[in-house]
Amino acid sequence: MPNEKTLTIDGFRVAIDAETNLLQVIRKAHIELPTFCYHSELSVYGACRLCMVEIEGRGLVTSCTTTPEPGMKVKTQTAEVRELRKMNIELLLASGNHDCPTCGKSGSCKLQSLAERLGVDKVRFTAPVEQKPLDFTSPSLVRDPNKCVLCGDCVRYCAEIQGIGVLDFTHRGSQSTVSPAFNKGLAEVDCVACGQCAAVCPVGAILVKTEVERAYAAIQDPRKTVVVQVAPAIRAAIGESFGAVNDTFTMGRIVSALRRLGFDKVYDTSFSADLTIWEEATEFVNRKQNGGVLPLITSCCPAWVKMAEHDFPEVLDNISTCRSPQQMFGSLAKDVLPKELGIAREDLVVVSIMPCTAKKFEAARDEFKVNGNPDVDLVLTTQELARMIQDAGIQFPELPVDSLDQPFGTKTGAGVIFANSGGVTEAVIRYAAGRLGEEHPVIEEVRAEKNRREFTASTPLGDIKMAVVQDGRGARSGQGEGASPGNQSWQKRCGVCGNHGLPRWMHRRRRSACHAFRSDPATSCSGHSRC
Amino acid sequence: MNAVMEMDLETTTQDYLASEKTYTRRVVICAGTGCMANGALKVFKALHEQAKALGISLEIELDYEDTKSKDGLLTKSGCQGFCQMGPLLSIEPDGILYCCVKPADVAEILETTFQNGKLVDRLLYSVPATGQVCKGHGDIPFYTQQHRTVLKACGSLDPENLREYIARGGYFAARKALTTMTDQEVCQEILDAGLRGRGGGGFPTGRKWELTRIQPKGKKFVICNGDEGDPGAFMDRSVMEGNPHAVLEGMMICARAVGADEGYVYVRAEYPLAVARVKKAVKDAEAVGILGDDIFGSGQSFRVHVMEGAGAFVCGEETALIASIEGKRGMPMPKPPFPAQSGLNGKPTVINNVETLASVPLILSNGAAWYRSMGTEKSPGTKTFALTGHVANTGLIEVPFGATLRKIVFDIGGGVTKKGDVIDNDAFKAVQIGGPSGGCLTREHLDLPMDFDSLLSIGAMVGSGGLVVMNQETCMVQVAKFFMQFTQNESCGKCVPCREGTKQMLALLDDITEGRATDETLPLLEQLARNVKIGSLCGLGKTAPNPVLSTLKNFREEIEAHVHRKVCPARVCKSLMTPEIDAALCKGCTLCAKKCPVGAIHGERKVAHTIDGFACIRCGACVDACKFNAISGI
Amino acid sequence: MHTAETEAPLISRQFTSVLRILESYHHDSSKLVPILQAVQEEYRYLPEEVMTFVATALDISPARVFGVATFYSHFALEPKGKYVVRICDGTACHVKGSQDIVDVLTERLKLPKGKKTTPDMLFTLETVSCLGACGLAPAVVINDDVHGQMNAERTKALIDQICVEEGL
Ligand SMILES: Cc1cc2nc3c(=O)[nH]c(=O)nc-3n(C[C@H](O)[C@H](O)[C@H](O)COP(=O)(O)O)c2cc1C
Ligand code: SF4
Ligand code: SF4
Ligand code: FES
Repeated sequence: MPNEKTLTIDGFRVAIDAETNLLQVIRKAHIELPTFCYHSELSVYGACRLCMVEIEGRGLVTSCTTTPEPGMKVKTQTAEVRELRKMNIELLLASGNHDCPTCGKSGSCKLQSLAERLGVDKVRFTAPVEQKPLDFTSPSLVRDPNKCVLCGDCVRYCAEIQGIGVLDFTHRGSQSTVSPAFNKGLAEVDCVACGQCAAVCPVGAILVKTEVERAYAAIQDPRKTVVVQVAPAIRAAIGESFGAVNDTFTMGRIVSALRRLGFDKVYDTSFSADLTIWEEATEFVNRKQNGGVLPLITSCCPAWVKMAEHDFPEVLDNISTCRSPQQMFGSLAKDVLPKELGIAREDLVVVSIMPCTAKKFEAARDEFKVNGNPDVDLVLTTQELARMIQDAGIQFPELPVDSLDQPFGTKTGAGVIFANSGGVTEAVIRYAAGRLGEEHPVIEEVRAEKNRREFTASTPLGDIKMAVVQDGRGARSGQGEGASPGNQSWQKRCGVCGNHGLPRWMHRRRRSACHAFRSDPATSCSGHSRC
Repeated sequence: MNAVMEMDLETTTQDYLASEKTYTRRVVICAGTGCMANGALKVFKALHEQAKALGISLEIELDYEDTKSKDGLLTKSGCQGFCQMGPLLSIEPDGILYCCVKPADVAEILETTFQNGKLVDRLLYSVPATGQVCKGHGDIPFYTQQHRTVLKACGSLDPENLREYIARGGYFAARKALTTMTDQEVCQEILDAGLRGRGGGGFPTGRKWELTRIQPKGKKFVICNGDEGDPGAFMDRSVMEGNPHAVLEGMMICARAVGADEGYVYVRAEYPLAVARVKKAVKDAEAVGILGDDIFGSGQSFRVHVMEGAGAFVCGEETALIASIEGKRGMPMPKPPFPAQSGLNGKPTVINNVETLASVPLILSNGAAWYRSMGTEKSPGTKTFALTGHVANTGLIEVPFGATLRKIVFDIGGGVTKKGDVIDNDAFKAVQIGGPSGGCLTREHLDLPMDFDSLLSIGAMVGSGGLVVMNQETCMVQVAKFFMQFTQNESCGKCVPCREGTKQMLALLDDITEGRATDETLPLLEQLARNVKIGSLCGLGKTAPNPVLSTLKNFREEIEAHVHRKVCPARVCKSLMTPEIDAALCKGCTLCAKKCPVGAIHGERKVAHTIDGFACIRCGACVDACKFNAISGI
Repeated sequence: MHTAETEAPLISRQFTSVLRILESYHHDSSKLVPILQAVQEEYRYLPEEVMTFVATALDISPARVFGVATFYSHFALEPKGKYVVRICDGTACHVKGSQDIVDVLTERLKLPKGKKTTPDMLFTLETVSCLGACGLAPAVVINDDVHGQMNAERTKALIDQICVEEGL
């Protein structure tokens, strides 16, 4: 076509569509240029210099910072560019502690895979001997600055997407470090433990704090009875870890794997999620009818609750007094099961498999302890579960399916839509409307932005307005309006775990995950406005 | 709005010149950082007080009312450039320059020169090489060999006196630009003059302005880059201290050309005097409506803020400087977009160097043709250099582009010095130009015309204009290491090649000077230097390898001596030093030969011993053993 | 309520000068660098509580303030001594032997390894990249006084003199 805008990449003609930078065009042409600091959701940083290409007449440029122009002649594999990439990786390998076999990121580390891919077979530079101290303060995350490549992804994610800004660069030059203010630990600053920094970190500099060994220890301890709850979002995520399709049988296989790992009882958090919805809906109707503090903000997301505690103390009364499903489960389990099984509370270990690192933090909160004994003893993320399964040599895709334990194994279906951002809001409204005599409220989306969506539902009590926010920034932006409820009501939820516990880069696959819910007959999500 | 008194340039000039005539003499004391450090203010005070006691009417304030004739006007000036000889005191119209003046000399000056009209010979400058005694600026080679335009006013004007600046023609150019020229005409005039940026890159200033001018109308900024981070340059400091109004006038003209109404002067915090003088200049100009709204009745506004740096060399880089003004870490951003398109607060912004801006009023007053009459075809005009290091006359100089190094070092600089400040032109080894982004020039470059392009062609650059002369006692590997230490300290740490690369280059240079280098060290150093140069984000990283590359090119043998023979020919690198036995002190007691673990010491009993440098492992055992202190060098 | 009332005067007493500084920059976070400069002028260094206070007042994260404070070499995170001795290590001073001065002074002040300030808080020894007094190389600045054409002995003598003045 004559007036189509094109450029050439290594001699091949490629069309420029809506791409804002050359890197996107190159990737569209199926050339996976290496990058550390480029992230489509974040501002462009241009620091790792791995995406450099040569443009005829312009010389070397970083493709992530270059606007594609028609007629550009781009070369991605010149001798110069290749040497530069290799040299950069070699330099990074000598920049700190990059002892792969002992690193928790080994196998999924970008630096490791690029070194292999680019054929960096030796490091001719000397690495520093002195090690910077690690940060173990957070119940959810571990930071190891000696592995950091200073790509700034975590810094920008925390500030630009989550709107928190706990991490930043400190010092300069070769002394540069990424750290919380005043070199404090993550637990000593306003970190909400959402774990998105760990999700974006290409190397092992921020890792989820693993509790796998504690889980094994509990299982091995003959005095302990170990029960596990599995959050609804896990089923979609675990399949990813094993490259398996996520289908009707996934939950059955998870149950099967957990039993093989030695857990005594396996329950579904959906059960308590239903309780949460029921309680929260009751609370909402009560507040609405009795002039209580509105809007009501859900308490399900511990990261959001923590953010509110730090930044919006004025809305603390708006937050629902209900426990989140995880804690609801934990307190019920610790209350009911010891009696049922005839054991002491201390000998019951409640493990949860959760999509989000903040759940580790939530479980460790003092409010959720009885005489120092927590309702939920330890929390494993999807990745930790996957690691345990691999570690044990269990061939997940080939497992027979097994069924969940009773009595916590019943559910209504409302809980399963929980893990989609907005799910809980919708479920609460549905339930509340039902209690008010309106069986099938029509929920209408009135506004949709990237990280913030609004709905209305008409009920016998009048119109109810809902807002669903997707990330910390969205939560922040909703604050002002949320404070003036009038006769409307808001349900709000920070969406940090709205991604099914998948790292954000897997976000695009959300759709297919939603289809899985649909195909699960027990969790019919017909009427779910976003599928 | 408080009404500011509109200042009429012509009246001010007439008033000033008329009352200046009532003073027989003018005594100027240099109050640049150098002379101040040497006690210039004490001399100033002593002169004022003692003159009064003697009944000499030496006033420190121009009195516009009093038309009686007075003996003299005592003022301060900015840096006169000859810092080493400070405090400097000049007396006009006699054309006298007294050097190294102490308060104790004041009485004699007053008596001999003021009362008897004679010279105080011992305070006059005498040329070290010839012993010729010089009366003043008119016959001191350091000055006569220069061509001062930008610096001219620096050494004579009182930098804190706005009226004097006006009386010497100041702000006429700005008025011309604002009231009689279009924005396009101003850009064109600068383009015609061929002015190139003095901040290091040599980018044509007119083109930069034009690029900013054609951006959509709206908020635009002018920034004067006074960060001068090159560790060995102080031209911009001197201009800001000595002639701050010229900088402001340049900014005003620039603002006119590009349509800006707000400006920043970003001054290095290490320059407290420059900060104070620029701030005062801004305040004075505001007070009379030269800065503010409706300047010269043109309807245009321009305001200037002064911002102090906080100690980061990289903030001299434009995008980092902008980040710093915006309250962020001074980390550069990828270009494009250029500041001309999206600069401070995302608005089109011109960033120019101090000296560039100070040249602008001169061009507008004297015309592009005048400017082109100096310098070379491609690099018109003059350039200031900070001449330092092993040279007889250190200080601030200005020459037309195209002047040779020979002229600068030997004629203006008065020759090369070696240990004990003895002049010995044979001791010349190299000149480092352009600081951490530049390279070194050797004997073979002595006749090279100094301009942007010819320096680039040999792998050096004008850079900021620091010229450090080095004698044979200097180790060039150490010099390269010094700059590498500097850049790796000052790297912002953003991009991998610069942050990690400079660190590793420094480590490799360390290996070389510490005797750990192997056959692989130099090839690796070269490969790394090449990649840092092409891979870094900003100019700091892109130019950081220059000192190393230039040393590798010009002093290869010296480096190889370090690497292969583990010898430092200049005898500077401590780890490579072999102990030496002073034959005069050695009694031939053989103790050292016995103690040497590798048997590197030979000699007959009672005869002075010698050390085999190749066998020696530099353990120092012999030094400790010798009872006669005959062994040194470790 | 009760605690809020009793705490408020305490905080404002401690931070009155910071508040004044913030006020004079209109709580504009883009003025962070001059704000921190002014704060440092006041306290002679940047105390952690003050940085946190500044961050909160400007509505930016403390991490950002800390990031800026550690980027620029003029900001001190620890209190400095009564006499700040800055030795210029620019090119000109370096080739004229400024390193010797540093070595001799480190020895003279008996500075503990890795420390810049003497335990008695009298002296802080720093090197700076260039003071722009190259014509006087090597240059040493003690507080605000520039001393040109120095060498190790003369610098040591200056220190000795200060010690005498301080009654040491
Ligand atoms: C690391 C670095 C440091 C710089 N330092 C200075 C400086 O101190 N002063 C300056 O005028 N330009 C400096 N520059 C150049 C500026 O980025 C910019 O090009 C210059 O101020 C433009 O002005 P000019 O066109 O008048 O030269 C520096 C550049 C780099 C990369
Ligand atoms: S911690 Fe990870 S994401 Fe953050 S800057 Fe370091 S390498 Fe990048
Ligand atoms: S080249 Fe150096 S100073 Fe420039 S951006 Fe990269 S790290 Fe920062
Ligand atoms: S991805 Fe382009 S520089 Fe890092």
